[in-house]
Amino acid sequence: MKITDDSPSVLTALDRPNSYIGRSVPRPNLKRLTQGRGQYVSDITLPRMAHVAYVRSPHAHAKIKSIKKAEAEKAPGVIAVVTGAELAKVMTPWVGVLTHLKGLKSAPQHAIAVDRACWQGEAVCAVVARTRAQAEDACELIEIAYEELPAVTDPETALDAKTPVIQPSLGDNLCFERKLDAGKVDEAFAASDAVVETTFVFGRHTGVTTEPRAVVADWNEGEQRMTVYHGTQAPHMMQDLFAKHLNLRHDQVRVLTKDVGGSFGIKVHTYADEMATVALSKLIKRPVKFVADRIESFVTDIHARDHRVRAKIGVKKDGTITAFEIDDLTGIGPYSVYPRTSGIEANQVVNLTGGPYTCPNYRAQARVVFTNKNVMCQYRAVGHPIAVAVTEGLVELAAAKIGMDPLELRRRNLFADDAYPAQSAAGLKFEKLSHHESLAHLDAMMNYAGLRAEQKRLRAQGIYRGIGFASFIEVTNPSAAFYGVGGARITSQDGATLKLDAQGNISVHSGVTEQGQGAEAVMAQVAASAFGVPIERVRVVTGDTDNTPYGGGTWASRAAGIGGEAAWQAGKALRDNVLAVAGAMLQAKPETLDIRNGTVVDVASGAERLPLEELARVAYFRPDTLPSGVQAELMATRHYVPRAWPFAFTNGIQASYLEVDIDTGFVKLLKHWCVEDCGTIINPQLVDEQIRGGIVQGIGAALFEQCLYDERGQMLNGNMADYLVPMAAEMPDIECGHVVSPTADSELGAKGAGEAGTAGAPACVMNAINDALRPLGAEPLTDMPFTPGKILRALGKV
Amino acid sequence: MTDTALDISLTINGERVSERVDARTTLVDFLRDGLSLTGSHVGCEHGVCGVCTVRVNGDIVRGCLMLAVQCDGATVETIEGLSDTGEIADLQAAFEQRNALQCGYCTPGILVAAQDLLKRAKENERVPSRNEIREHLSGNYCRCTGYQAIVDAVEAVAQARAGETK
Repeated sequence: MKITDDSPSVLTALDRPNSYIGRSVPRPNLKRLTQGRGQYVSDITLPRMAHVAYVRSPHAHAKIKSIKKAEAEKAPGVIAVVTGAELAKVMTPWVGVLTHLKGLKSAPQHAIAVDRACWQGEAVCAVVARTRAQAEDACELIEIAYEELPAVTDPETALDAKTPVIQPSLGDNLCFERKLDAGKVDEAFAASDAVVETTFVFGRHTGVTTEPRAVVADWNEGEQRMTVYHGTQAPHMMQDLFAKHLNLRHDQVRVLTKDVGGSFGIKVHTYADEMATVALSKLIKRPVKFVADRIESFVTDIHARDHRVRAKIGVKKDGTITAFEIDDLTGIGPYSVYPRTSGIEANQVVNLTGGPYTCPNYRAQARVVFTNKNVMCQYRAVGHPIAVAVTEGLVELAAAKIGMDPLELRRRNLFADDAYPAQSAAGLKFEKLSHHESLAHLDAMMNYAGLRAEQKRLRAQGIYRGIGFASFIEVTNPSAAFYGVGGARITSQDGATLKLDAQGNISVHSGVTEQGQGAEAVMAQVAASAFGVPIERVRVVTGDTDNTPYGGGTWASRAAGIGGEAAWQAGKALRDNVLAVAGAMLQAKPETLDIRNGTVVDVASGAERLPLEELARVAYFRPDTLPSGVQAELMATRHYVPRAWPFAFTNGIQASYLEVDIDTGFVKLLKHWCVEDCGTIINPQLVDEQIRGGIVQGIGAALFEQCLYDERGQMLNGNMADYLVPMAAEMPDIECGHVVSPTADSELGAKGAGEAGTAGAPACVMNAINDALRPLGAEPLTDMPFTPGKILRALGKV
Repeated sequence: MTDTALDISLTINGERVSERVDARTTLVDFLRDGLSLTGSHVGCEHGVCGVCTVRVNGDIVRGCLMLAVQCDGATVETIEGLSDTGEIADLQAAFEQRNALQCGYCTPGILVAAQDLLKRAKENERVPSRNEIREHLSGNYCRCTGYQAIVDAVEAVAQARAGETK
């Protein structure tokens, strides 16, 4: 393979001279990572730092009758042994609700369980010691008397009258319920030529970040200030929450986030053990470090999916989809996770199902119930993989039933490319999508007709290959409609500050964060282009609540679209400021000047007038030589929030080509394609890599990943040998294509690209497996992950 | 600790090191906590994910499956050492250019493992296929990239190095 240095620019409107927008610029922070010189939270050591280990409940549900800690307190190296009741004196509990998810309820959750543990893995007692090993040794010496309580582990019976109520103060086990009824669903089904009904099951899985969750909290009693080194996606949100629950002011809390070893939505939530670690630092007045070990990660990192969806589609002989109907049930653990809540995934399933299609008749019910398993919350592509698999699974089953090609059935139902603005049956508003152009691009890119011919030829030889598709829509660039309107203190706006230093270089301080997606590269590209310097002269600063504008961080594919636009606007503002100074120095009108390649030039001729170094020298060291009344302002801040649309929807389509070994049930992935439309592409390579990485996480959900629990609420495979994730040898090469429909809500026009891969991959792998097995008369597989055992059962072989 | 600690002497990245370590300390914990060589990471802690991959006496090992005391007298090389000697400079450059890393947490282990494959390929005067690269890296989990960029980067270096021999 040849590594290409650059990609041709796909941009037209942002045609600044020497623009980096649309170019595959390498990320500025990679060298320290390839050399092992990154700084992850788990690498951090501070003077006087202690380590905490938690004793965790071995039961899914149990009353804590007594905690005997005397022996542990005497153990070597132990500094403190702290129970939930003791820690509650320093830290207040929280409740994960949002008012716009009407009726959503949850009970107060403490940093360490008080009186009762509600899932296997909930922290029950903390041991702080000089080393982690000493803390773990002392954990063994703590005697806790539990009275085991009945565990609610099956969502299907969680609402039954005879099922115990997990949180008595709430009255029942229902966390949230949503119903939607659009159009005339019953009439539409009655008028259909064919109706397909099935049940889709989505395994409970988790993010498995290679670096486990980690936090180092440093309460300085002399400064009355808390500094938290935190592997988080949202430093300002965490600053707010640490302050709130420790009763501190924002200015007393600094959150620092440098390198983060994987996040994918796992690290954007409030974790009880991280909150406890911060509280412990305040309690014992010294730095405390907590790094989850892998077993702790599996039983406490948020889980996701675990939905059961009964679903139905109606279709006419001509391929017109008449109606969709779904009934979604999900069990989310004993608490709704704070502050984003655990109702969002089900809500997204209701919002997104049927989303690419014009069909106006849609009925949905979603119920979110409490269980005694680890908590569930938002993980990459929240709700999308479920909604897409349900919709696209139904579409391909309907196509098979009426004998129509699955791409053709889509062509007849997708929103037309000239139909925008448009609104889905669920009420989603689309500014501009490109379903048909994306589909046509995919059709050509994969040589669909050729693959169908190959498939037919090989079937005759007893080789069963399948082709599956998934059209999808993707929620990106969320406005305040996502969380803010529901009362959560999660900002949807973001800011960027650009500063010219005394040598004529610039720094960009951004409220978004970097967890590997390339946000810092995007900020550097945008700032360099807007302001007019070579990218080598841009330094990006993120992940520091003391030194970046207030921002939301990086989640829901917001960094490039929202943070990038703020950097673009700040770049333009700083350019104007600098040109005002240059105009005064050169006795020229600022509008006749521009900054190109680090030099002030004449707009018309491009002639060099003044290097930025010289301008900075005068402005900083000889301001006395500037005309009176001219004050150089060499720092500019701009903020941006989407206002015209609640979300910038993107769209795309994926295809999977695979082979099923009908004797072993193994699936071999041969190739995967994705065409997507994320608007303006700032860095083609980074977009493609987000797509590829996302697809592989989606493949994990389709084929491998599942948190297995027994009926008593014990997780059975909480380690990386038993919980399978995609490995290099099993993954296919993935080809990406793009259609570009910029959003008019921002000048940059960029939408997000982080969820698209994960949104569509499980659906199209499922459809490809069913396509491969259809001639064998197998019952369609709809229960993820599709393990060899399930495939052999579907074939009637076991 | 005194009754379970042992004295060890070893060479780490060309430096002679003599330390007293607890017998239960794993090699990767010793590197990170004892010597502040934080480039080797800890992921699964039971030999599955490969983020702790280092080289001991020329062979790649899991730093979480080997005890520090087993390394008495050994030569240990970590990502810091391989970076400073320039041995994998071309591989690092290819990873950076191809964006073969995102969060970068698995990257030191992957680079050490990939260099092992490339070294042996060079000795055998052959360029590994994409499938061989994928097989060789199957003990190193990456949750961000989907692996294709990593395979691309390793393949490009294998081809470039083969070109140099001719």
